[in-house]
Amino acid sequence: MTAVRTPTLAAAKLVFQRDMTLAWRRWDEVAQPLMFYVVVTTMFPLATTPDLSALREIGGGVVWVAALLASLLALEALFRADVEDGTTEQWVLSGQPLGYLLLAKVAAHWVLTGLPLVIMSPIVGTGLGLPTSVWGVLMASLLLGTGTLSILGGIGAALTVGVRRGSVLLSLLVLPLAMPLLIFGSRAVSMQMDGDSPAGPLQLLAAIFFMALSLGPIAMSAAIRISVEN
Amino acid sequence: MSWTWFHKLASPPHAYRILGSMAPWFGWASLALILLATWWGLVKAPADYQQGDGFRILYVHAPSAWMSMFTYVVMAVAAGVGLVWRIKLAHAAAAACAPIGASFTFLALATGSIWGKPMWGTWWVWDARLTSELLLLFLYLGYMALRASFDDPQRADRASAVLALVGVINVPIIHYSVNWWSTLHQPASVTKFDKPSIDLAMLIPLFLMIAGFQLYFGWAVSRRLRGEILRRERNANWLKEAT
Repeated sequence: MTAVRTPTLAAAKLVFQRDMTLAWRRWDEVAQPLMFYVVVTTMFPLATTPDLSALREIGGGVVWVAALLASLLALEALFRADVEDGTTEQWVLSGQPLGYLLLAKVAAHWVLTGLPLVIMSPIVGTGLGLPTSVWGVLMASLLLGTGTLSILGGIGAALTVGVRRGSVLLSLLVLPLAMPLLIFGSRAVSMQMDGDSPAGPLQLLAAIFFMALSLGPIAMSAAIRISVEN
Repeated sequence: MSWTWFHKLASPPHAYRILGSMAPWFGWASLALILLATWWGLVKAPADYQQGDGFRILYVHAPSAWMSMFTYVVMAVAAGVGLVWRIKLAHAAAAACAPIGASFTFLALATGSIWGKPMWGTWWVWDARLTSELLLLFLYLGYMALRASFDDPQRADRASAVLALVGVINVPIIHYSVNWWSTLHQPASVTKFDKPSIDLAMLIPLFLMIAGFQLYFGWAVSRRLRGEILRRERNANWLKEAT
């Protein structure tokens, strides 16, 4: 029997659509990281000062830290259900390049958690005194940063999928790796605010994103195979 | 050329024996070098014209910082070898490296902080190199935490190997991003550590100390790797025969 293999792109699209449908049916879980994001940024004025001009100094950094933490929240369960019910095993056996399927899953995760954070960031930023002139840079930096973070987090989630209490461990693994994103991202925002061109840090963020995009799937599929094979 | 000697290295009994006979050489040589370098650095080397005798902590700080990065690379290479060729001994070597590397990193941070107190007036400055060392410590701790969280040693080996490889790609990015971040935030006063030319009389004991630390690393890895082999092969027949 000669099996006709589904084209890889079509298979990846199916994975993406399946995750979107699942998320649509449990939208409250999707909303949680976003709520977390808003709550965390609310804590900073309360903990430091309500003075907007003082908050403006740290605003970009606060938005970035909160976005990093919020997008880590939902990552822990990214592959768990699929590994437990055997879906991932079928992917490994399907003959499709595993990295692409996992990347499709990460892309769905990013659309559901990363993108809402990016869209929400001007509102949150305004609350921290960021002027409208930095909205574009803030969103662009978060767009690239959350994309990279989803891939890095995907690697972390794939590694910790079989581990008890994996969520703390996942943060410990991923956050140190995400420090460059934090540095470049918040730096781009403050450079724009000071009237400098933020092109440098944004380009570095883009470079890191493309590196993660090209190397990340390899690491993710290696990690998933380790979790599935035993 | 025959490669049998090389393949034999991957066999636990053979490696166990070789490491056992190498460890004392590493140990005594490193002790001798470190003692010599300590005497040279503390007594014979001239005091710094700016920092006085305070700079002498350099002889512990710089070698530990160097070893902390060296050990991470060794660990990642061993993990990569273990992952690609499925050599259990390479995984064991990576596992043996991690706590040593974390200790070197901690030592570099602690000595940097002690050095910072008289030089900068505070225990901690967000200096680029101290910050990179701190992030490196987080990487080591994450690696060790991941390894410890698996019950199955083979899964622990391979999962932590993937993490070590992801980490080693990231280390330069982290290093340069922190450097860039720091040059934008820091006043230039910190660069007094960056003196372009350090006197040869100060440099010789530093190199001796680095060599001593390298040999110490050889000794510690040999000892730890033997321990790892014992733990992993505790049910093997060759071990019962050997003991």
